[in-house]
Amino acid sequence: MLLQINNLEKKYKNGLVALKSINLSVPEGEVMALIGPSGAGKSTFIRCINRLVEPTAGEVILDGTNICILGSRGLRSARKSIGMIFQEYALVEQLSVMENVLTGRLGYIGFWKSAWRRFHPNDIDKAVRLLERLGLKDYIDTRADRLSGGQRQRVGIARALLQNPKLLLIDEPTASLDPKTARDIMRLIVELAHEHNVAAIINIHDVTLAKAYAKRIVGLSGGEVVFDGVPQQLDDDSLTVIYGSESWSDKHQEDSPEPLHEIKE
Amino acid sequence: MAEENTYKLKTWSKPPLIRAAWLRWLVLVGTLVYLFAAGRTIEVNFSRISRGLDHGVAMVSAFLQPDFTSRGSHIVVGVLESLTMTVVGTIVGIIIAVPISLGAARNISPLPIYMFCRFFLMVLRSLHVVILALLFVIMFGFGPFAGVLTIIFNGVGFIGKLLAEGIENINKKSLEAVRASGASWPQVVIYGVWPQIAARFTGLSIYRADQAFRESTVIGLVGAGGVGAVLNTALGRYDYNTGAAILIVIIVMVLIGEYVSSSLRGRLT
Repeated sequence: MLLQINNLEKKYKNGLVALKSINLSVPEGEVMALIGPSGAGKSTFIRCINRLVEPTAGEVILDGTNICILGSRGLRSARKSIGMIFQEYALVEQLSVMENVLTGRLGYIGFWKSAWRRFHPNDIDKAVRLLERLGLKDYIDTRADRLSGGQRQRVGIARALLQNPKLLLIDEPTASLDPKTARDIMRLIVELAHEHNVAAIINIHDVTLAKAYAKRIVGLSGGEVVFDGVPQQLDDDSLTVIYGSESWSDKHQEDSPEPLHEIKE
Repeated sequence: MAEENTYKLKTWSKPPLIRAAWLRWLVLVGTLVYLFAAGRTIEVNFSRISRGLDHGVAMVSAFLQPDFTSRGSHIVVGVLESLTMTVVGTIVGIIIAVPISLGAARNISPLPIYMFCRFFLMVLRSLHVVILALLFVIMFGFGPFAGVLTIIFNGVGFIGKLLAEGIENINKKSLEAVRASGASWPQVVIYGVWPQIAARFTGLSIYRADQAFRESTVIGLVGAGGVGAVLNTALGRYDYNTGAAILIVIIVMVLIGEYVSSSLRGRLT
């Protein structure tokens, strides 16, 4: 198993229990979609894996290392093998596309080299190839705030992949995009995950997209795993378990994207 | 018809700022009473005013004949001293302010360091530039050294606080993303924080240089060197013609500084 999560729990200081004893394992290279209503704990869950949010109990074991007990140096090193892609791209808007992508290498090089932008030639080569693959080769020195939403998310993908991650944590990658671009981005993520043999956990509220692109679907509700199976098993009954009762046959259940700041401490 | 007669208009009016009516009136009447009472305590000495007016007339007429020449070399030396104080004080102040502003931003610094830096900035900000100058004159004697220290510390307070607030307002999603890549704290600062505040930093620095020049002309009045000291001497000798010349020089230089500063800052955005 690449990732093994045991009894993971997150209680916020205000008493809110975001995650109740989650157990989950993800094998190498598996693309998994995490669905569930707003406030189910999806964002908190993936942020507990790289400890952008500190879990209050349990274990996160990546490649044999328990991330929850690492000190700050060990944590930074573990974060190198976990790439992250965000809902609102989370690029540094004032930096160029190339600088944003090379941010993925910061964990691998020292301070002065990064300050003077002296990256290893292999890293630069890989960054350029990724940007070509993603159709951004004409934008290498463009400032990130000049790009469209779909282009920005591609930069976000390139940045995450340049880390040479074993695992991608992807937080609502399509929620800020139009339906066509959303499908493009999902297709790219799945293709690239296969090409680089990277496992991915994708938080996504769009059930149709999840079923179309993921091999495995996990349903989260009230901080607990309530569904775990292949897309074909996800029927109206299981949707009711995840989201509560609703008539699922007439397809108009687009719930609003999760509020951005609910999981912040 | 009957229905129309019973139709009642729904009403709405903007709720008052203070809901309790008695408190609202108390605040209003109290303010007026205090204003009246306070006004009565200020003694107005009309004979002193009329004597002062004579001095005023003398000054205004001296303004019409400013004397740049008889103490010209002193004026030039004073202006140059003010400029030197401005340049040195601004640059050193900015260099000290940057690390303190990083420490004083809650989103990137741990609580103890944050508290320490904020406290330091708060103390600096609470001391007006003239009071700072007085303190340094007492500590280090008359002259431009006290003036430079004054400008440095006043600049640390100004840049430090505003830059820290700029850092606290940056996009925290981008910061989270840089952190998630495994970057160390200094790397998070140069990749996540610095690009987001660079424009603001440049703008603040230019504004600070302009502000420092204005300060350098004032703090001389309490002995901290610069053209203000020359002005003080001139006014002390009732040499209003030279005083007028110095004031004109100061006004022109401040206007130039303000123009250059605002046009440079305008080009930044």
